[in-house]
Amino acid sequence: MKLEKKELSIMYQRMNEARAFEEKVSYFFARGMVHGTTHLSVGEEGSAVGACMALNDDDLITSTHRGHSQVIGKGIDLNKMMAELLGKYNGYCKGKGGSMHIADVEAGNLGANGVVGGGHGIAVGAAMTQQYQKTGKVVLCFFGDGAANEGSFHEALNLASVWKLPVVFFCENNLYGMSTSIEKHMNITDIADRASSYGIPGYIVDGNDVLEVHKTVSEAVEHCRKGNGPVLVESKTYRWLGHSKSDANVYRTKAEIEAWKEKCPIKRFEDKMIKDKIFTKAQLDKIKKKAYEEIELAVKFAEESPNPPIESLLDDVYA
Amino acid sequence: MKTMTYAEAIREAMSEEMRRDKNIIFMGEDIGIYGGAFGVSVGMFEEFGEERVKDTPISEAVIAGAAAGAAVTGLRPIAELMFMDFSTIAMDSMVNQAAKMRYMFGGKAKVPMVLRMPAGSGAGAAAQHSQSLEAWFCHVPGLKVIAPSTAADAKGLLKAAIRDDNPVIFIEQKLLYRTKFEVPEDEDFIVEIGKADIKREGTDVTVVVYGRMLQRVEAVAEKLAEEGISVEIVDPRTLVPLDKETIIKSVIKTGRAIVINEAVKTGGYAGEISAVITESEAFDYLDAPVIRCAGKDVPIPYNPVLEAACVPSVDDIEAAIRKVLNR
Repeated sequence: MKLEKKELSIMYQRMNEARAFEEKVSYFFARGMVHGTTHLSVGEEGSAVGACMALNDDDLITSTHRGHSQVIGKGIDLNKMMAELLGKYNGYCKGKGGSMHIADVEAGNLGANGVVGGGHGIAVGAAMTQQYQKTGKVVLCFFGDGAANEGSFHEALNLASVWKLPVVFFCENNLYGMSTSIEKHMNITDIADRASSYGIPGYIVDGNDVLEVHKTVSEAVEHCRKGNGPVLVESKTYRWLGHSKSDANVYRTKAEIEAWKEKCPIKRFEDKMIKDKIFTKAQLDKIKKKAYEEIELAVKFAEESPNPPIESLLDDVYA
Repeated sequence: MKTMTYAEAIREAMSEEMRRDKNIIFMGEDIGIYGGAFGVSVGMFEEFGEERVKDTPISEAVIAGAAAGAAVTGLRPIAELMFMDFSTIAMDSMVNQAAKMRYMFGGKAKVPMVLRMPAGSGAGAAAQHSQSLEAWFCHVPGLKVIAPSTAADAKGLLKAAIRDDNPVIFIEQKLLYRTKFEVPEDEDFIVEIGKADIKREGTDVTVVVYGRMLQRVEAVAEKLAEEGISVEIVDPRTLVPLDKETIIKSVIKTGRAIVINEAVKTGGYAGEISAVITESEAFDYLDAPVIRCAGKDVPIPYNPVLEAACVPSVDDIEAAIRKVLNR
């Protein structure tokens, strides 16, 4: 699918929003300005944004603990998202979810998940609804290389394949399950190989090439929409920062991290756009600037937002 | 009223609701043409077809997880686990996903699903097919937990559970599946979730009991009545939310209380109900300590004599009542 200039612009904008959002969040955490923990996806923006932009607006996603880029890729109100990070009452989850649980069910974001592999079953069920109600919508299920070793991965891919459910299982393989490298946690190199055991297509894509991710996921989405069942897409990428804020990065080398920074998905996109004369440097800079300004506005909105009233503590346990 | 088995009542509840609402689907292992491991769903596949009565692989985690995902996106799934013991495999889906979504997302999700599962010993199925694990689910805010002890309650509460917008754990008694009961004929017969039922009125002692221990308590109460001992039996029916008011009122009236469940005693829900009584204003009316009469702290063994000895017998229940009365 050829992307129009407008879509390319949105793609670039969202990658930058994700980067700017996480740089800001990282700054907050480093200074103890927000509590809890967070899992940043800096370096993985091309993977998440490319995949989400292959969806229609009314398609659905399940996101992960490392989900900021994913939900921004889907398109989200940054103000409400930043407010949630700061635990505010007008955040997406009224301050009860935080970084790991950003959700916007109405808009098709069925939630980030604090449990590795926790979204697999939910994605399958959401796809059951689409199939049963014949909506034509597709579910994009994000997970990482670590989650590919959870039992829920097998149960979900097996069931989805048997029932031909419209799910794109999208694995962001960033080479480490927390500190454990993929060499130590699976006996294969390519997670996409697992697709063959479910009789479904498996693709491998360079996750730092947003355009390639978009192209591959678009094909996968088309396959699902035609009623041909699920697809497994493995996106090879890398997180520049630690697993969470407690991570001292002792399990990988500086050289390895630096080498991956050279493959920055945002920079690669910029180079390609300029080389192909689609955008000028000045045009791109303008979009980037706008993205960073949006984040500043989101911070302002979040900081000015109220904390949840203590009376809200017991709200919404039950419908 | 009409006479039907506990299993038939459950089937009728599901079928009536599925006729009423096209968004209800039913999924589980061998529930289709086989009719379910205990025959609960016989004939449903034929009536509703494979789009709505869906045989799944043996995959409890995704059965429950997919039910949650389908529920949050607009269906009202009923999912069946073949034995409550296998709920261990579905635990993340229920505890971390279904139960949490609404609260964790700031009230912007609804998860209208029912997870049905047969519990209890007595079928000679040994340690991994006989447990009563309701306390685990009662410990998770966001879940409702129902444990009917008669066919009428099973029917009325299952219909209510299917119409409820929350994830409901529906615990069935496998030993009651073939027992016949009187059930109201009205299609709109619903038992409200969270309402206890006084199964027998009495004045001397309150016995709070749920599940298949009810029938044993009823037999003991009948026997003791001949001696002039008046037993009041309160069946909570719903464990979460618990109808504390009815229980407390009964204990205030009788001044004595026993709580009975089949599940192992340690960490069991009988302990919770007991604490509800002693923390309440009923404490001032108590003439004796509240006693739990519950299963032994042991895995369920295979040998029938050993198996029967694991759970409160009629004799155990009678002894417990006499103990409380003689304080």
